Amino acid sequence: MQVSVPKSLDAALGLLAEDPQAVLLAGGTDLMVAINFGRTRPEHIVSIARLPELKELATGEQVRCGAGVTYTRLLERVRDRALVDAARTVGSPQIRNAGTLGGNLGTCSPAGDTLPSLAALDATITVASQRSGERRVPFSGWMRGPKKPALEPGELVLRADWEEAGPAQVFLKAGTRNAMVIAVASLAMVVDRARRTVRVALGSVGPTIIRATAAEEMATGLLDEGGWERPLMPTEAAQARFGELVAAAARPIDDQRGTGAYRRHVIAVMARRALQRTGAAP
Amino acid sequence: MTQLRLTVNGAERESEAWPGESLLYFLRERLGLFGSKNACEQGECGSCSVFLDGELVCSCLVLAAAAEGAEIVTVEGLEDDPVAAAVREAMVAAGGVQCGFCTPGFVVAMTGLLRSNRHPSDLETREALSGNLCRCTGYVRIFEAVRQAGEALG
Repeated sequence: MQVSVPKSLDAALGLLAEDPQAVLLAGGTDLMVAINFGRTRPEHIVSIARLPELKELATGEQVRCGAGVTYTRLLERVRDRALVDAARTVGSPQIRNAGTLGGNLGTCSPAGDTLPSLAALDATITVASQRSGERRVPFSGWMRGPKKPALEPGELVLRADWEEAGPAQVFLKAGTRNAMVIAVASLAMVVDRARRTVRVALGSVGPTIIRATAAEEMATGLLDEGGWERPLMPTEAAQARFGELVAAAARPIDDQRGTGAYRRHVIAVMARRALQRTGAAP
Repeated sequence: MTQLRLTVNGAERESEAWPGESLLYFLRERLGLFGSKNACEQGECGSCSVFLDGELVCSCLVLAAAAEGAEIVTVEGLEDDPVAAAVREAMVAAGGVQCGFCTPGFVVAMTGLLRSNRHPSDLETREALSGNLCRCTGYVRIFEAVRQAGEALG
């Protein structure tokens, strides 16, 4: 096994161009577990954990979050609640101090905590390689399958960017306790009242993050009717319908963390709460 | 095997190492620093907690070879730290130690918490220590030790 610790992004991209099979190490919260338990023995590890170029974090109306930004920094600095609350549910303080947004994107698990929020914020991911330079991928095109990000050989994640979306956002996650939990199901909902958009994204209930488009259209209709600048107080029937539409979009499986039926139930409950809470938010 | 040089508790420490080994393994098996405990090796239990450039992390999830150039502080390096001293005294006084296996990790995490927040609320304490598992105490006395240490520090 060989470990390379490049001092600059250019050096890292050079190493990846020479050896596209090299495995990237960021916060180590996934890869180190696999190495500790002998599940993987990469021939070449390139550590990008401390590259200064990936630590950039610009907040404001346009948010740019470098791939190397940890969950701790993200939740201290970013204002989009859906993403902040998602980052806060990651692991524990120790894990949040190590794990990075780029790691979540690169690992590309359907249970990745920040991914539903990035989907609901309609984030764009910028990747780079030495050969082709930078390339931008909308989140909707990012997940090609479980653990299959839209990364070509030699590429790494540079950053995610999105437009700040105002306060009507929620992230909900179900698990066995508040800390150290891989989501059984999760949901992010962002109602951008200024831009008149609604996005609902589901985690851990399918092979990738799933956008609940029929539910989004329903909420958009309710806001068109009631006024985007006014609180939305959905009726019981509307909440139930919204929950059904979200559950219908889910494609959950049975696994060691929960059954498909439970996941479908819980995602509908989350959807009703998300509609209530975003509706009440300014 | 490779040669690593790490900055641990203020000193340059050098040893041969396997390139894929964790910082925890390096600390214990190469440097003989046994305060950081090896339990889960997957970041679940917090008993290997150390400071890496001032941030609380699980040393089992840090690749030793990638930690060259970083400032690593283990529980042994907190010997003369006033916050850690108050934490140790409070852990004894409050009965926060039973079998003792998780204690060093807790001392490091509690020191980190009290450095930034002398009087954490109960919920803040629970969140700050959520990455450290204890199978003996039921946590009540550990939380009490946080309160006592915070009070002692003023």
